[in-house]
Amino acid sequence: MANTRELTCIVCPKGCPMKVTLEGKEILTIEGFTCPRGKQYAIDECTHPMRTLTSTVRTSGGGVVAVKTDRAIPKELMFDCMQVINKTVATLPVRVGDVLVSNLLDTGANLIVTANQE
Amino acid sequence: MKQIDLVIIGGGPAGMSAALAAYEQGVTNLLILERDSRLGGILRQCIHNGFGLHRFGEELTGPEYAWRYEEKVLEKKIPYLLDTMVLDISPEKVITATNTSLGVFQIQAKAVILAMGCRERPAGALALAGDRPSGIFSAGTAQKYVNMKSYLPGKNVVILGSGDIGLIMARRMTLEGAKVHAVCELMPYSGGLARNIEQCLNDFGIPLKLSHTVVKIHGKGRLEGVTIAKVDENRRPIPESFEYIPCDTLLLSVGLIPENELSKTAQVELSPITNGATVDQNRQTSTEGIFACGNVLHVHDLVDYVSEEAEIAGNAAAAYLRGALQSNLHIPLSTDGKIRYTVPQTITEEKEITVYFRVSDIFRNATVKVLDGDRVIYSRKKQKVAPGEMESILLKPVQFAGAKALKFTLEVE
Ligand SMILES: Cc1cc2nc3c(=O)[nH]c(=O)nc-3n(C[C@H](O)[C@H](O)[C@H](O)COP(=O)(O)OP(=O)(O)OC[C@H]3O[C@@H](n4cnc5c(N)ncnc54)[C@H](O)[C@@H]3O)c2cc1C
Ligand code: SF4
Repeated sequence: MANTRELTCIVCPKGCPMKVTLEGKEILTIEGFTCPRGKQYAIDECTHPMRTLTSTVRTSGGGVVAVKTDRAIPKELMFDCMQVINKTVATLPVRVGDVLVSNLLDTGANLIVTANQE
Repeated sequence: MKQIDLVIIGGGPAGMSAALAAYEQGVTNLLILERDSRLGGILRQCIHNGFGLHRFGEELTGPEYAWRYEEKVLEKKIPYLLDTMVLDISPEKVITATNTSLGVFQIQAKAVILAMGCRERPAGALALAGDRPSGIFSAGTAQKYVNMKSYLPGKNVVILGSGDIGLIMARRMTLEGAKVHAVCELMPYSGGLARNIEQCLNDFGIPLKLSHTVVKIHGKGRLEGVTIAKVDENRRPIPESFEYIPCDTLLLSVGLIPENELSKTAQVELSPITNGATVDQNRQTSTEGIFACGNVLHVHDLVDYVSEEAEIAGNAAAAYLRGALQSNLHIPLSTDGKIRYTVPQTITEEKEITVYFRVSDIFRNATVKVLDGDRVIYSRKKQKVAPGEMESILLKPVQFAGAKALKFTLEVE
């Protein structure tokens, strides 16, 4: 039996409302997206939801610096990744794009710095 | 007194974009004044992603977006002073500022760009019963604590107001180990972006309680809990719906207001609706040679539009300094209330003009009409418009040629 899922696309600020009909795990129809990225989001969201994670890590200077995963990670791993992030310490100075942890928890994503700090 | 062609007040995304645009147009005697210890403005504490999709075609975090501009400011060697607070701007463009190395000093500018950003509506503005124990913060203050000082204000959180900063902080504090019990929104709809409701609340199972408010604060030294209630259509709390939620932190995300103390000293005319200056299509205020852009002019949802607007102001300031700023018309733009405001508020030149506007409520199947007297010069149907989303339309000179005034209206079926 087909069931429908209502989604809000999070790819851009437009936030298009979408409707997906599914037969078990198989996607039958997708409606409501305005661009191809929205369609891809709907497919991912119904098969394997992914999110980019942003946070801060402690620095050798005693402060904190902003970080992100350089690509989306599986949504269910967000809290596990947070545990790694909260144990990570960045050695100053750091520049935007510096890799702090590569292949974070085998997600294929690197944890990178998003602000400069001396 | 030091003479400088163009002084930009504020080194956030608006100030930096405006400075870069003016520099590209040949203004080399310019200076940015910033009260903080770094350039970047409020974006420095907005560590989440979602910035720059329009401008750069990629998703950046706030600090990364700011860095794109800071890097160019450094590359072009555009002068700036940090830790420098501007105290006063006179209508004659004498700027009084202070910092620790120069003390109080004055600059005579030929042109000024106001780019001071906005601040949050303070907690005191809310009429709530109960004491004011510690544990009540504006969402932006909490954002600063968590993201810049790594200090988590509390473990059990209720958020009042569903503006984007509140939604972003719901996710942020959850990821850092706090429990966010509810986001209460007085209105029957959220003022935040749909994507933020999805990825900041729904992802974590945080309930969004629409038509709800906080009616009482509990606790003396430290916050112990809040009583929330559903409100009726007149926004009055319904007694039967009172619910007590134990919590140690209450975040308020109840809106932003442009920071216009300096605009007042410069005697720039302010709009009672936007709380920012009234401007023409060049973002020139009522005082010749003083321009305004970014959140000090009107609150933007997206920094991409802030940069765009700042470039308009920067280009215009450069043209003004060259004596090339055109103004051969004076067409005031008014609104019908359903459309709350437009920016610009006047058109003074015959060229293509993008007019930005916000509506006062959620309307479906509405038609935006621009009227010159009885004549409809522009009409476009919109499936849905909402107060949280800034709209824009492009007007061509042929459309407003000869008009005395334009009225922006929304016809709802
Ligand atoms: C807490 C908060 C969170 C936000 N989060 C988001 C978000 O997640 N996404 C988004 O798109 N937008 C967000 N915004 C809106 C955001 O402000 C704009 O997108 C953008 O940063 C506005 O740029 P701006 O340059 O106009 O203002 P700002 O970034 O605020 O910059 C203004 C600058 O002027 C300086 N200044 C002010 N007064 C003086 C003075 N007297 N003398 C010298 N310098 C002065 C300030 O220190 C500041 O650096 C947020 C706003 C706030 C207040
Ligand atoms: S479908 Fe396309 S336009 Fe709509 S929100 Fe998603 S990315 Fe944006």
